[in-house]
Amino acid sequence: MMQYMLLFSRQGKLRLQKWYTAYPDKQKKKICRELITQILARKPKMCAFLEYKDLKVVYKRYASLYFCCAIEQNDNELITLEVIHRYVELLDKYFGSVCELDIIFNFEKAYFILDEFLLAGEIQETSKKQVLKAIAAQDLIQEEETPQGFFEDHGLG
Amino acid sequence: MATAVELAIEKIDEYKSKIGRTLGTPMRLRDLIRQVRAARTMAEERAVVDRESANIRESFRDDDSPWKCRNIAKLLYIHMLGYPAHFGQMECMKLVAHPRFTDKRIGYLGAMLLLDERSEVHLLVTNSLKNDLTCSTQFVSGLALCTLGSICSAEMCRDLANEVEKIIKQNNAYLKKKAALCAFRIVRKVPELMEVFIPCTRSLLGEKNHGVLMGATTLVTEMCERSPDVLNHFKKLVPNLVRILKNLLMSGYSPEHDVTGISDPFLQVKILRLLRVLGKDDVRVTEEMNDILAQVATNTETAKNVGNAILYETVLTIMEIKSESGLRILAVNILGRFLLNTDKNIRYVALNTLLKTVHVDYQAVQRHRNVVVECLKDPDISIRKRAMELCFALMNRTNIAIMTKEVLIFLETADAEFKSECASRMYIATERFSPNHEWHLDTMITVLRLAGKYVPDEVVSCMIQMISANEQLQSYAVSQLYHAAQRDAINAQPLLQVAFWTIGEFGDLLLQPTDVDSTPISEADVISVFESVLPSALTSLMTKCYAVTALAKLATRFHSSEERISALVRMNQAHIQLELQQRSVEFNVIMNLGELRDGLLERMPMITHNSLNAAAPSMAEDDGFSASSPDAPVTNGDLLGDLNLGGSDYNEDLLGGGGNAPAAQQSNSNILDIFGDSTPAPNTDMDFGMGTPAAKEPTFPPVIVINANGVEVQIQVISGWNNERARLKMTAFNNSSFTFTNFNFLAAVTKAFDIALEPPSSPNIQPNEHSTQFMTIIRKVPNTTARMKTRISYIVNGGERTGEGSVNEFPGL
Repeated sequence: MMQYMLLFSRQGKLRLQKWYTAYPDKQKKKICRELITQILARKPKMCAFLEYKDLKVVYKRYASLYFCCAIEQNDNELITLEVIHRYVELLDKYFGSVCELDIIFNFEKAYFILDEFLLAGEIQETSKKQVLKAIAAQDLIQEEETPQGFFEDHGLG
Repeated sequence: MATAVELAIEKIDEYKSKIGRTLGTPMRLRDLIRQVRAARTMAEERAVVDRESANIRESFRDDDSPWKCRNIAKLLYIHMLGYPAHFGQMECMKLVAHPRFTDKRIGYLGAMLLLDERSEVHLLVTNSLKNDLTCSTQFVSGLALCTLGSICSAEMCRDLANEVEKIIKQNNAYLKKKAALCAFRIVRKVPELMEVFIPCTRSLLGEKNHGVLMGATTLVTEMCERSPDVLNHFKKLVPNLVRILKNLLMSGYSPEHDVTGISDPFLQVKILRLLRVLGKDDVRVTEEMNDILAQVATNTETAKNVGNAILYETVLTIMEIKSESGLRILAVNILGRFLLNTDKNIRYVALNTLLKTVHVDYQAVQRHRNVVVECLKDPDISIRKRAMELCFALMNRTNIAIMTKEVLIFLETADAEFKSECASRMYIATERFSPNHEWHLDTMITVLRLAGKYVPDEVVSCMIQMISANEQLQSYAVSQLYHAAQRDAINAQPLLQVAFWTIGEFGDLLLQPTDVDSTPISEADVISVFESVLPSALTSLMTKCYAVTALAKLATRFHSSEERISALVRMNQAHIQLELQQRSVEFNVIMNLGELRDGLLERMPMITHNSLNAAAPSMAEDDGFSASSPDAPVTNGDLLGDLNLGGSDYNEDLLGGGGNAPAAQQSNSNILDIFGDSTPAPNTDMDFGMGTPAAKEPTFPPVIVINANGVEVQIQVISGWNNERARLKMTAFNNSSFTFTNFNFLAAVTKAFDIALEPPSSPNIQPNEHSTQFMTIIRKVPNTTARMKTRISYIVNGGERTGEGSVNEFPGL
């Protein structure tokens, strides 16, 4: 089971955090800080795995963003790399060649996509099409109930 | 052109937002993000966030503001930046109660981010979830399930398990897959709720939808890992799982689930893992899956990471369920290929897996030794770490010489974090496998030299013990260590400590020529080593203490250098560190005591206790050597297991960090049951009467029960069996530089005995002080040997620490 997933930039700015296990806020911040420093210090040719506390941390860099997942001892590191890649593909399909700015300005969308792909730290849907279909349907409900006035008053803006 | 249009749109946008603000509309999410990004300094960013936080807080006062959703979204952004946002928790729950989907979507997102399972608003969450789980819009139920899977507390699990089960039984794949994973989460959190889900789970595996299959496999795996009964129940499912896996392998290209030419690797991996759980220690079930495992192992494309992910899982399954030997060879060969792969990730995984499988097929893993040793040179720290562990697991009597050579090269350039672990592991390995004592000593001297100041104290005391216990080694040891100390004075303090101790004890042997070629060593040579080291500011306090003691001893062994020695001993009489000052003053007095001096500074009796020694057998069990290590006492197996010295715990202790998990204090009655039966032994019915403690020489030698983390606990028999009663004294020494508070000692004996503990002399122990506690053992069954299990707990530097130890025989009982 995945314990948490973090997305952060090369500058070390957190872009997304998903916690599947409860940690106190203070510890969450500490984990983020420590992992970001450790991963940014690693050279590009090194392997994608770290040992952090009793967890295995799998990370991969896509352009300016690092995707990093903490999994348990029994979990498969290599398939976790594929999970990360699948999430990136989903973001890419949804935003149309995704970049860091898309995720910054539409972070809630990035969370929604993640929540259709993973649940409780496990993969819930292995078909890209199904994930995107579910997201599109929900976006449509949202659009329909939001009056599209000149000031876009009711949406998130 | 395009940029001009964009700029224009942006301008219009800005005006729209300005007009909006003047009309009382709160700032839009994207404007907040822009403002934060435009901030040039942290102070500016903080100002923007503080201002907006205040606005949001203000608007939360107004209960039915239509802007709540937008405000929460902004708050979530603020939260991600690391600013406080907990004041939004309640508002998220209010938002969730709104009928609008957008509100629910953002509300639940906020709940997942801002709440966790410790929040107090949980009753509210539970109610909202309960309502939404039964909502007719599938996406609303979906949001509720997703939230439940993220932040469920034990109470929530109990309250909502039945709702989740209902959804699993419904005929909606979209919700089914989510509900199955929620059930997984519930079972993990509250295992007894498993009952709720067992009946509905089986049919899930008959579904076509891959999402549902994923959820079902995950759920079944979790349940099987939690309960052996459920495991047996689901063994029937093996043919179904095999069929699903076979279909995945055989099916042609299916675009929906394809990953670089492999059909749904995620599901394949999940099923392989479940097969591993189901097939473990069950020959019949294992047979059912051998064929499919062989197919996966041979037919999976290895050019890409996906294929290797599947192979990796297959290898784990084959090794764990103890498949037929042909398959096992196939698996180890796959790992061999992994080791040679150019992809670092694959190499890492291979090392990791070899370490896990070394106990299943020791010989097969041994074949990859050369490649493993090569990995010690890898620039990647993750790989080096794994390789080092594997190297120690592969060391044995036949290869220790070659392996050591490589490990020493590694040690020379290793990072600080490796040196300490490597040094203690080297000690254990050489202790067990060295061809002879000389080799053992030489190797350890090199290790001490290379690991320098990172060598843990335990290794120093073990080296000293080894030299003390091997009489034929002493003359060789003293000359080797003397030369080592001459060469490498300052950089390896632990080496100097061992050297000084040895020179102090056996300095006279140093003067006798060992062979014809060597240049004879004079007293002056030896003293000049001390003269160069002792005054140096680079020498550690500990080393100086060793040196002063050694010099005092040398005073009785060397005859022509008394003046120089006593000058050195006197040198630190005014040292700022009390320990050194005291040694200096006291030894100076002792050296002038004439005849008494020689008696006091005699050679120490042979040291038999050794902390790493005791750890070695448990290492062996950990790595599956138990059969091949004759020095591991079989009867001690369980006890050592209980002591939890094995594997990484053990290393943590050595490094002195972490490892202070607060162990619940067990009551005496609990530990009393540890020894089921006790072995009868001849009763040495000696009557020494009541011994007077401490003042005289001990009547019986004390037994060291615990010696770790700077605590040493000794138990000494004060008076042997008299009227079936024996009196014992526990002494706990604080050898660390911190004060122990709330020191608590517990002891348990076998059923044939009763034990009564008296209050301790003090619950707190200052550094270098000790505390004592007396106890009486009452023997209920005549002629049985007393065995004891002990446990200590104490607080040091604010953290609680515990320790355990046991005694199988008391000298004097």
